[in-house]
Amino acid sequence: MSLRCLSALLLFFSNSVLSTELRVCAESDNLPFSHIERTGFENRIAALVAFDLGADLVYSWQPQRRGFVRKTLGAGLCDVWMGVPADYPRVLTTRPYYRSSYVFVYGKRSLRSFDDPALRALRIGVQLPGTDMAQTPAGHALAARGAIDNVVGFPIYGEQPAAQRIVQAIAQGALDAGVVWGPAVGFFAHRERLSIAKAAAPELPFEFSIAIGVRRDARELRDALDAALARREVEVARILDEYGVPR
Amino acid sequence: MSVFALAAALALVPLAARSADDGEWRMPARDYAATRYSPLADISVANVRSLKEVWQFTTGVQAGHEAAPLAAGGLIYVVTPYPNYVFALEPGGKVRWKYDPGVKASAQGVACCDVVNRGAFYDAGRLFFNTLDGQAIALDAKSGRELWRAKLGNIAAGETITMAPLVVKGKVLVGNSGGELGVRGWLVALDAKSGKPLWKAYSTGPDKDVLIGPAFKPFYSSDRGQDLGVKSWPPHAWQIGGGTVWGWISYDPQLNLIYYGTGNPGPWNPEQRPGDNKWTAGVFARDPDSGEARWFYQFSPHDLHDYDAVNENLLLDLSLDGKIRRVLVRPERNGYVYVLDRASGEVLSATPYVHITTSTGVDLKSGRIQYNPQKEPKAGRAVRDICPASPGAKDWQPSAYSPRTGLLYIPHQNLCQDEETYQASYIAGTPYVGAEVLMRPGPGGHRGEFSAWDPVAAKKRWAVAENFPVWSGALATAGDVVFYGTMDGYFKALDARSGEVLWSFRASSGIIGQPITYRGLDGKQYVAVLSGVGGWAGAVVSNDIDTRDGSAALGFANAMRDLPKYTVKGGMLHVFALP
Repeated sequence: MSLRCLSALLLFFSNSVLSTELRVCAESDNLPFSHIERTGFENRIAALVAFDLGADLVYSWQPQRRGFVRKTLGAGLCDVWMGVPADYPRVLTTRPYYRSSYVFVYGKRSLRSFDDPALRALRIGVQLPGTDMAQTPAGHALAARGAIDNVVGFPIYGEQPAAQRIVQAIAQGALDAGVVWGPAVGFFAHRERLSIAKAAAPELPFEFSIAIGVRRDARELRDALDAALARREVEVARILDEYGVPR
Repeated sequence: MSVFALAAALALVPLAARSADDGEWRMPARDYAATRYSPLADISVANVRSLKEVWQFTTGVQAGHEAAPLAAGGLIYVVTPYPNYVFALEPGGKVRWKYDPGVKASAQGVACCDVVNRGAFYDAGRLFFNTLDGQAIALDAKSGRELWRAKLGNIAAGETITMAPLVVKGKVLVGNSGGELGVRGWLVALDAKSGKPLWKAYSTGPDKDVLIGPAFKPFYSSDRGQDLGVKSWPPHAWQIGGGTVWGWISYDPQLNLIYYGTGNPGPWNPEQRPGDNKWTAGVFARDPDSGEARWFYQFSPHDLHDYDAVNENLLLDLSLDGKIRRVLVRPERNGYVYVLDRASGEVLSATPYVHITTSTGVDLKSGRIQYNPQKEPKAGRAVRDICPASPGAKDWQPSAYSPRTGLLYIPHQNLCQDEETYQASYIAGTPYVGAEVLMRPGPGGHRGEFSAWDPVAAKKRWAVAENFPVWSGALATAGDVVFYGTMDGYFKALDARSGEVLWSFRASSGIIGQPITYRGLDGKQYVAVLSGVGGWAGAVVSNDIDTRDGSAALGFANAMRDLPKYTVKGGMLHVFALP
């Protein structure tokens, strides 16, 4: 089979598996990622991909908590989960459409490195994922350098996104800085005119590649999404810039 | 019937059964001392082999059924897991009434370990129970009419309620769940008449929040000092420190003290919360009238392994060294059976009842557990053979005590775990670094055990090895029979003295509920239990978890991969009697 024949066949398959709907499960109140008013950047990218594939975008709004995969993709409520780490074991993932990292976020007093001599003196906020023996790499890196008493944890469960609460605390002077997942915080930091800088420590991954997740047996859908992401790379990058996603 | 004939008829009933007991089962533990012992003896070692199922009732709910049914006023009461339906059943299974509290669906995603409920409490014609979305509700037990409801927990912040309430002196005692999610633990007392809060005692924070005052006299010096609930943490960490109160409460009317345990500290990893992390992973004695703390003992200071200390506290009067001591017996998650003086909080003994690698013993002088530093979890380090595993030697599943045999009957696990390399996980848009926890059977290769423990000699008298963790409650009776259920669906009756299996019944779903026994209005003794596998251990079946991912269900899936071959999900009440 020639290469051209093969790609024509794939295109045929990718259109047929989608039927006419792209069904997405997303959280209704988790800006800048997603919102019920479809104002998050993952909403925007999903709309772009659906447009590319000629499908209608249909949402099932679900809190992104324990058992999310089982209760959404697993229960047949939707076919697509936007924004999961590439190679996340519970789903089949597309090619990554962005790679970002944890960042330092700060106001007047800059904090750009875990080697900063003031690391144990500045008041620093981090996100708390809330599972036994789980922590953000930022939390681990701070603890490993003895920054414990001056670090404040913000549970991801709560009325507003943890990143938003951390930014507010810095803006109000209750904290000096934060070490937060970049895509979660860039948007809020920009609005409060705070600075951000890439965070890294040798012992742990601080960068993660982000992809779209589908059910583990939905190979054809995954391939169709891969093709759409490849075609829309420039537009995707523009959306990520608009929401201040550091890359 | 003449008065004489009535007297003659009464004389036929054994004295103990008539005077000391009306045959009802009104709270999950049956009594305030939490013995789960019934003086009923019609069903005995001599005849239990002919026990038969006489009726059953399907709840229509698929999640894990951990509750004890209750028997009062001729009706059987069942509270189901989410959506927390309450059924009042007539003998035979006809529904007298059903109550639907309208629990918020979003509470399901917040609960850590299946959407369980551990039962209701019957008191003076009222039924009290809690809902997964954080409410306490009182119903008229005859009609099912709602008397009041109190919103106590905030599910948006990760707070749920799974425990059974305890009613003491006109107060309904309720505690919260959700320690992993940055919830601060508390126990609240509500007016049983109105649901109005009377006092609230937090498990972390300043003394005024914990209700620690001049009457607080802990036995060990490490528990003495001002505001230890703040000072034994990094600044602010106590505000989200866990110590939730999702287990059992006992009550001693003579000392006028309630006893309950507090959950593990969270949600920071151990190295990020240096200090004892008071008042988590320990037991409080409090005055139920004011809520004031009298003493506290910490089973697992600065907990390293998710060893919540919420297990049942059996209040027994034991002869120790020739003296009758009023003690509190606690088969603890960290692997030891503790015997404490329940007036003072002094540890009289602490003896391993499972294989333990995480600690080397309990120093009786300081009361302090001696941790094994090699099993301490650290970022980036793989640790193997952590025994017991995170669910502990024993989780929530309550034991029973028979004063006739002097033995404590403990349903428990035999599990160890490895914490492997860190992997990326994900929540609400945020990737993070997590431990891959894999649980597996402990020494011997079996995953569960039902042990008979002599608390005076501090010795195991006999044990039955079970393929799966024994996640059900235990029941002891004056017929010298003990009952428990297995996750593969067997309900078993054993000789309380020898451990010999005398009878068993196979339910279609595994049993993680708490068995009870009661005398019906017809004068007969019945035994009842809920089947319906699930809970943290059984989530692989009740939640259809993909067992290819061993780290699912917080690592429990690895140890339970074969459970779907043995059982299916679905809740059912089974009632048994002699022919």
